[in-house]
Amino acid sequence: MTDFSGRVLFLDRSDINTDEIIPARYLTEITKEALKPHLLEDLNLDGFNPERDIQGTSVIITRSNFGCGSSREHAPWALEVNGIDLVIAESFARIFRQNMYNCGMMAVELEKEAINRLFAEFSEKETAISTDLAANRFKVSADGETAEFSFSISDFDRALIEAGGWVEYADAHY
Amino acid sequence: MGKTVAEKIFDAHFVDNPAGDICVLRLDAVFCHEITTPVAINDLVRRGKDRVYDPAKIKAVIDHVTPAKDSKTALQGKILRDWARRHDIPDFFDIGRNGVCHALFPEKGFVRPGYTIIMGDSHTCTHGAFGAFAAGVGTTDLEVGILKGVCAFKHPDTIKIKVTGDLPAGVYAKDVILSIIGKIGVNGATNRVIEFTGPVIENMSMEARMTISNMAVEAGATCGIFYPDRTTVAYLWPHIRDEFLSEDAALEAYQQYLPDSDAVYEDTITFDAARLSPMATYGYKPENVKPVAEMAGTPVDQVYIGSCTNGRIEDLRAAAEVLKGRRISDSVRGIVSPATPGVYQQALDEGIIKIFMDAGFCVTNPTCGACLGMSNGVLAEGEVCASTTNRNFSGRMGKGGMVHLVSPATAAATAIAGKITNSTLYNG
Repeated sequence: MTDFSGRVLFLDRSDINTDEIIPARYLTEITKEALKPHLLEDLNLDGFNPERDIQGTSVIITRSNFGCGSSREHAPWALEVNGIDLVIAESFARIFRQNMYNCGMMAVELEKEAINRLFAEFSEKETAISTDLAANRFKVSADGETAEFSFSISDFDRALIEAGGWVEYADAHY
Repeated sequence: MGKTVAEKIFDAHFVDNPAGDICVLRLDAVFCHEITTPVAINDLVRRGKDRVYDPAKIKAVIDHVTPAKDSKTALQGKILRDWARRHDIPDFFDIGRNGVCHALFPEKGFVRPGYTIIMGDSHTCTHGAFGAFAAGVGTTDLEVGILKGVCAFKHPDTIKIKVTGDLPAGVYAKDVILSIIGKIGVNGATNRVIEFTGPVIENMSMEARMTISNMAVEAGATCGIFYPDRTTVAYLWPHIRDEFLSEDAALEAYQQYLPDSDAVYEDTITFDAARLSPMATYGYKPENVKPVAEMAGTPVDQVYIGSCTNGRIEDLRAAAEVLKGRRISDSVRGIVSPATPGVYQQALDEGIIKIFMDAGFCVTNPTCGACLGMSNGVLAEGEVCASTTNRNFSGRMGKGGMVHLVSPATAAATAIAGKITNSTLYNG
């Protein structure tokens, strides 16, 4: 199990779709690793440069309805091979959210106020998150400043993370 | 307390409640195509679990890039083909018999009211047109579906959308669903099921219903469900005539999947069809919609008619009605992809293919290719396409391209004029 912690990439837009996360032209790849250089290549967001901004990050913080559109699990895979295993947003599209937990990764919803505060206080700084999964708590830190946020995930999502994903869970139960 | 359609289907397929409001359901069908299935197949092989829960309940097709355009897509097709043979999957559709999954599988009679269906494709919601619970899933859900015949879903909270009144001339199912998405937004039905009802919906053909349910996911919905009625039974009759004594008997059986009168809805939204007009999208979200009248004059480089949204016979007829006896603009590349071999054959028989060719359209084989910028009509940077597909995302039909979603009639009129144009101009 990963630690769901590390440097943060802020994406300040709602409705980022899975075509933007990984364009369809790369869906002919049959290994996850081949997706690595193409993460967020078509993202429509001013000031964002995937080649410069993704390297070294482990967590994405974004707005609402992240991962809408195509069902492609290539989107979580493209995040995973880039070392990103946690996305924090106001809300997620259903299939993307399920795909994340099915892969043993995390998609965590926070209230709009919390997301607004994260953007307002941290998005301009070099920010890191450390996740305490047992205590349901994120510790956010930048320039010596820290803030704590509690979160909740469902028992089912937690069971999937602990099992290592849905295939392992389903195989043990059904 | 009464139940919605999806709640009744969940009850009838319940396997387990692992936690909270999560239900694990038994699946009546698992649909597969060559883009999202090969990774699941390879993973099953790697785990030493290369099995399928029931070969008769798995339906597979090569549709996204066909014929293969390069070695990578050829390999994806080969992995699916070899797997289908290895497991004796009777319903596998390859070159010559293949078509866009969400048009082909209903045409083959693989969908029934009350079914539970998953596929590694977000537009699986299309099959809700038959009163089924059909949902797009990722590759891991698909893999478990193939192996175990189950999938986990959250309790299906439902929104009811009623369409009342009469559709004005030149307004089609596509305009109705674009208007609905424009109103409720791309996040308006996330994690919810939509039930579509009202006189306009009841009068629609199965093809028109599928256009609407197809785009339910563009509002975030898990599935867009229509109530099974005489139209549903008539469409399915060639496939179910051995199961029922009469169409009335089939209807009676399927009506167990109508909602209870006291079913609980999260919201009920009513649209007056009389106030709708032909619509087109602008920008990069399906909720960015405007009346075609306000977009009129926008030049386009390509017009595409096809896809799981609008590649069925009724769509081709509507476009041909506009194109008949006319030529498309020299500045436009017109491409039409009949969604299935059955649609293609029907269009040939009705003289529709000739109308398209006489007008200057290129007629391709059935495939999804252009809709997601994979083949058969990819845009160059800066190019604009009026398209009958379902997504206008940035880069969707090619990096740097712009897509305006429209109905087949509007697409045809736009091809003639070379710029976005209302079909009523050419349609009497």
